[in-house]
Amino acid sequence: MSLIHEIDYGTPASRSETMVTLTIDGREVTVPEGTSIMRAAMDAGIEVPKLCASDMMDAFGSCRLCLVEIKGRGGMPASCTTPVAPGLEVSTQTPRLKDVRRGVMELYISDHPLDCLTCAANGDCELQDMAGAVGLRDVRYGYEGENHVKARNNGDINAKWLPKDESNPYFTYDPAKCIVCSRCVRACEEVQGTFALTIGGRGFDSRVSAGMAEDFMSSECVSCGACVQACPTATLTEKSVIEIGQPEHSVVTTCAYCGVGCSFKAEMRGEELVRMVPWKDGQANRGHSCVKGRFAYGYSTHKDRILNPMIREKISDPWREVTWEEAYAHVAAEFRRIQYQYGRDSVGGITSSRCTNEETYLVQKLVRAGFGNNNVDTCARVCHSPTGYGLGQAFGTSAGTQNFDSVEFTDVAVIIGANPTDGHPVFGSRLKKRLREGAKLIVIDPRRTDIVRSPHVEASYHLPLKPGTNVAILTSIAHVIVTEGLANEAFIRERCDWSEYEDWASFVAEPYHSPEATEAYTGVPADLVRGAARLFATGGNGAIYYGLGVTEHSQGSTTVMAIANLAMVTGNIGRPGVGVNPLRGQNNVQGSCDMGSFPHELPGYRHVSDDATRETFEKLWGVEISSEPGLRIPNMLDAAVDGTFKGIYIQGEDILQSDPDTKHVAAGLAAMECVVVHDLFLNETANYAHVFLPGSTFLEKDGTFTNAERRINRVRKVMTPKNGYADWEVTQKLAQAMGMNWNYRHPSEIMDEIAATTPSFALVSYDYLEKMGSVQWPCNEKHPEGSPIMHVDGFVRGKGKFIRTEYVATDERTGPRFPLLLTTGRILSQYNVGAQTRRTDNVVWHAEDRLEIHPHDAEQRGIRDGDWIRLASRAGETTLRSLITDRVAPGVVYTTFHHPTTQANVITTDFSDWATNCPEYKVTAVQVMPSNGPSDWQQDYDEQARQSRRIAGKLEAAE
Amino acid sequence: MSHDTNAKLIYMANQIATFFKSQPQDEAAQGVATHINKYWEPRMRRQLFQHIDGGGEGLSPLVLEAASKIKRPQAA
Repeated sequence: MSLIHEIDYGTPASRSETMVTLTIDGREVTVPEGTSIMRAAMDAGIEVPKLCASDMMDAFGSCRLCLVEIKGRGGMPASCTTPVAPGLEVSTQTPRLKDVRRGVMELYISDHPLDCLTCAANGDCELQDMAGAVGLRDVRYGYEGENHVKARNNGDINAKWLPKDESNPYFTYDPAKCIVCSRCVRACEEVQGTFALTIGGRGFDSRVSAGMAEDFMSSECVSCGACVQACPTATLTEKSVIEIGQPEHSVVTTCAYCGVGCSFKAEMRGEELVRMVPWKDGQANRGHSCVKGRFAYGYSTHKDRILNPMIREKISDPWREVTWEEAYAHVAAEFRRIQYQYGRDSVGGITSSRCTNEETYLVQKLVRAGFGNNNVDTCARVCHSPTGYGLGQAFGTSAGTQNFDSVEFTDVAVIIGANPTDGHPVFGSRLKKRLREGAKLIVIDPRRTDIVRSPHVEASYHLPLKPGTNVAILTSIAHVIVTEGLANEAFIRERCDWSEYEDWASFVAEPYHSPEATEAYTGVPADLVRGAARLFATGGNGAIYYGLGVTEHSQGSTTVMAIANLAMVTGNIGRPGVGVNPLRGQNNVQGSCDMGSFPHELPGYRHVSDDATRETFEKLWGVEISSEPGLRIPNMLDAAVDGTFKGIYIQGEDILQSDPDTKHVAAGLAAMECVVVHDLFLNETANYAHVFLPGSTFLEKDGTFTNAERRINRVRKVMTPKNGYADWEVTQKLAQAMGMNWNYRHPSEIMDEIAATTPSFALVSYDYLEKMGSVQWPCNEKHPEGSPIMHVDGFVRGKGKFIRTEYVATDERTGPRFPLLLTTGRILSQYNVGAQTRRTDNVVWHAEDRLEIHPHDAEQRGIRDGDWIRLASRAGETTLRSLITDRVAPGVVYTTFHHPTTQANVITTDFSDWATNCPEYKVTAVQVMPSNGPSDWQQDYDEQARQSRRIAGKLEAAE
Repeated sequence: MSHDTNAKLIYMANQIATFFKSQPQDEAAQGVATHINKYWEPRMRRQLFQHIDGGGEGLSPLVLEAASKIKRPQAA
């Protein structure tokens, strides 16, 4: 193993198809028109010295090192800013160039500290490399003059010197080492799109400045790490590198946070992770990252991790550590007893959208083949199950239609119920880049999310609808498109069922769907809806990106169908730049759905009632599979309360915190006789568990994740599991204890079984992924290289189906007792229930959940910013602190759900999507009033959680 | 079965009916039945039939119309 070194071509690739041939150092080179001479040289294997250039950003031409000479042209142009031309004869090394470069380097080094031996960048310093490359042997100017290096100059205070900024928990900024190449500033602008950095001052006073000469933490910096990655010196350095030293080998793997699925190089020293660096060849992230994937991996070695299996008779007992064998035998005996006593259907399992495809596949196999029923579900139930249903109905397959690269060809992006700059930050950055190039943006969201207006990005339309009225707005947009004659009839006639279209068109054309009519209850002025509809229908390539603000409603599935209708009516399907793109919350939501985690379907989205599909698996597994659908998570909890569901195996999901109506979830879990939690930490659900099986992190196992663009990415083991076993091994041992003859020696063998049984995965294997890097399913004989774009020549189901989408108001309504609408969301630094990110330094950005409330509503209630307030709904109440902001409209309040002490889900109700039971998280009628402190529920809950986390023979861990 | 669960099932069935009511009329009842057959576990359907057999109070007429097309699970 060795460190992966990526080639930096100096400037971005050109997309031109016209080729140009020139000569560089006597070698003939042919490159696309628009390529820089620097990049062309690198293509030919000639590395021109450079400091300010990087292929992650546009050429800047400031460092004066990359000069070349061109025959017939005067002077020494910078090779990064000079494009190739036919027949050029370029020299990269001449006596004149050598002298000039050495002189330039000499000036750089005359204002740079010479502590190379003890410098954190030692071994990874481009400045040192360039000094070596140009043959710098002496600095004639001395170090006594004006400089930025020394705190004191000849005994006097040096006003030009600035101390190190260590305010960010993950990296330091040392101005003394800065060469002002502007790479960090440009990375922040061009790659991340935050514009938090600038160069302050001029001439010799120029220096990098975060915000208005603030420290990094006080500035707008979002800690994505792009600047640190770009820095050629030790000016911006990961604290982990300062502490540990340079890595000696690296392994490419996939981030385990959101559904973007960024590829990273895990840079290691032995089994110690030194840093995570985004991989440029990663097709989802193209070398970019966010604060979570780049820095927030500390949870993997956190002291709270449970490393030994534990058992207890009653949930009021302290935990007792046992051997793995004892734990497996106990679970097997309990599940068999329960099934004997209460029937075969009285147990089930939950697969994890955070675990690998292989692990998920095994859990559903354990339920179907080992338990003999279909009671298996996954947390996609509470996020994207309506996507599965809605897109399945309209297009015939339950997945996003595009790859992330597609956004580079989008002319009008519509974002509905998603907050990409917080929830899917790397995609957010890619989208913002396209918007800066001139694409238009429409945002449909109750809240003014950052992307509505941020530096160099402004939405053409923001439709701030009342929570719960998505269907009304989208049907209104369709009304405008149809009645104003903007439908793409050629596309519809060719690709969709025309009579279904006619039926749908006459439905949406009804006057009661007009924006003027729906304005009364959506709260969105009609002219905004009309403007947005016209822009989407006529603005070129239109792409719809949506998130849980679409799905987590009583009409979640209907909204997904409405989105599909809009894409079809405008012909925005089947080519780059368009499509319907669900942004998936968790790393492997797509994969867990693909792997047959839903109770009604086997891997590859095939219903359990389909005889041929069942037969495929029955033959291989040697068991009979039930043809009846199993229970979904909410149904399991209802059945538990009713006494017919008694045992559950939960892998990597915290339903007590993440699922709605906490009291109901608690009652369901409390009614069960054997709750098995398989997780990294004693999560909230484990408060109700009888068996705890320690889990492993994504750094500790091999496998695959499938991201939101259907991309199957490898996850590679970089360290031994602290708990001893990867999760797939634990599930396998459990299955063996239950009498199953499973003998997988490596996850690749599980993938082989998936490929053999699931047509859309037919060609996928670890060898093939090794060769291809990654593939997007379907990947089979018909699409051997995978499918970046779906429905290219026709829909999977044949003809696209237009479906009527009648708006039905949710029964969760405001009234005198609960006059405000609560909606929920995510923040950049935290992830989901926070089990991972709360155990990292990310808490410095978000230490608690706050309730966003409009100044008008706050004033009426006598609430000041930061006050403790009581938040109550029909389901329950909790307390948290207020944050007064006009991001939310009057009548709407908003909070995140990352902290268990807040328990936002005590408030949410058990209303759910009509088709899939996906909970209606996004609309809850609430009242808000000043408060003195925690609610009774919070106090009781804390005490119960503390009691239930006791481990016999161990002191209570202080959290 | 608890009263709560029963009320929830009626609510869910009616939600499904509300969606299909807006679809072309000749597909509505079949749509409700197909949906319930595909996604409801047998004990949920059994409970629904117990309620229908007991008069079906509170159920949308479309659910009642669809009942003959819903697969009746075997008795527990």
